[in-house]
Amino acid sequence: MSGFDRLAALVAKDLLVELRSREVAYSTLVFALLVLLIFNFAFELRVENLQALAPGVLWVTFIFAAVLALSRLFAAERDRGALEGLLLCPVDRGTIYLAKLISAVVLMLAVEAVAVPVFIALFGFNLPLVPLGLVAFLGSLGFASVGTLFSALAAHTRTREGLLPLLLFPISVPVIIATVKATGGVVAGDPWDLTLPWLQLLAGFDVLFIGLSYLVFELAVEE
Amino acid sequence: MKAAIRVDGLEKHYGLTAALRGIGFEVGPGQVCVLLGPNGSGKTTLLKILATLVRPDRGVVEVGGYDVRRQGRLVRNIIGVVGHQTYLYEELTVAENLRFYARMYRVPDRRTREVAGLLGLEDRLDDRVRALSRGFQQRAALARALLHDPPVLLLDEPTTGLDADGRRRFAEIVADLRTRGRTVLFSSHAFELERDWADRALVLSAGRLVFDGPAADLDADVLAGLLAGKGADRVRV
Repeated sequence: MSGFDRLAALVAKDLLVELRSREVAYSTLVFALLVLLIFNFAFELRVENLQALAPGVLWVTFIFAAVLALSRLFAAERDRGALEGLLLCPVDRGTIYLAKLISAVVLMLAVEAVAVPVFIALFGFNLPLVPLGLVAFLGSLGFASVGTLFSALAAHTRTREGLLPLLLFPISVPVIIATVKATGGVVAGDPWDLTLPWLQLLAGFDVLFIGLSYLVFELAVEE
Repeated sequence: MKAAIRVDGLEKHYGLTAALRGIGFEVGPGQVCVLLGPNGSGKTTLLKILATLVRPDRGVVEVGGYDVRRQGRLVRNIIGVVGHQTYLYEELTVAENLRFYARMYRVPDRRTREVAGLLGLEDRLDDRVRALSRGFQQRAALARALLHDPPVLLLDEPTTGLDADGRRRFAEIVADLRTRGRTVLFSSHAFELERDWADRALVLSAGRLVFDGPAADLDADVLAGLLAGKGADRVRV
């Protein structure tokens, strides 16, 4: 069995546990929809200002929902005593990190896939779904790459729900800025040569953050 | 013969609190060793260090000849561990849990049915772990630890929650492991009931090893005396 098969088994286990408990998916989704609803009431958005505000509205929603999901990424496993079982497996810690990262990104994209149509329905503003999907994937990957590492760190603490955003937001500012800028370009229908640098920057941060997190993950899960 | 477990000058502190204070011992292949001591004596810390879950501060710790600090992955390949928690996913069935860990340890799926049979779990394979009684959860935890037939077993109070049938099965498994040359180090809070399973006893008190000798030499009075700091002449360390 190759390392990839172990990675696949870890991801399949995470998704099956979530499918059965629906603990994270439901709370994250409800939170995201509530944020969109609040924005809808709070701002008097018209088409001309919506184009400028849509990226911010979308990513504030996605990122706060993601923090909620990431805070439970290791905590649920740790609370139920399964995390030590996982760490006892003769599997490279980096493989465990990658599996958790993939699970987090799948969950984030699933929530975003529901939230975007709700945004379109609430605000009556059409979004270019295919390019937005690409930005959402790269942005979610970048945010989750650091989020997975810090979630493992914060899971050891009693104040993990408060600690995670404090650790995560300062580090992930470059990812958030690049993601919002790229989304702005996509929503405004800018030519690709204007949006592409932001996507390249985002992809660069993704590679950097995933690489660094992979290397230091072992330290984050040590007791 | 190379020791299955070798510990020398092991120290571990949590902040200012010393959990283990320079302990040393060796356990040979095929030995069944019981680890005794009151709460807070360092039993769980010692087992977690041997299991690579906690990093020692000082000293030599080897399992199967591998250093737990530098060769953790190799150590994890040859140990089976039962802890205070079951290490199982409550939302999954017993079979799903065992199949997941079988993939992690690279053992065929049929082995999950074998270990389930050893522990009397055949009829519970399709039950979610959450729905099992504490005793059956513990049996499933033992099944998980035995899945890859590890040469070294580290068991922290493995009989917690087991009924008479569970204890009998566990005793049979320990006897079988001994005959097959497997090494077992288990902690116990029911030594009077479990003395016959072990060849050897290690007694910890306040992070120090205060007894290392045949389990048959220990009775309740001797043990109580050791833990009270008496009977130093009986200590064989």
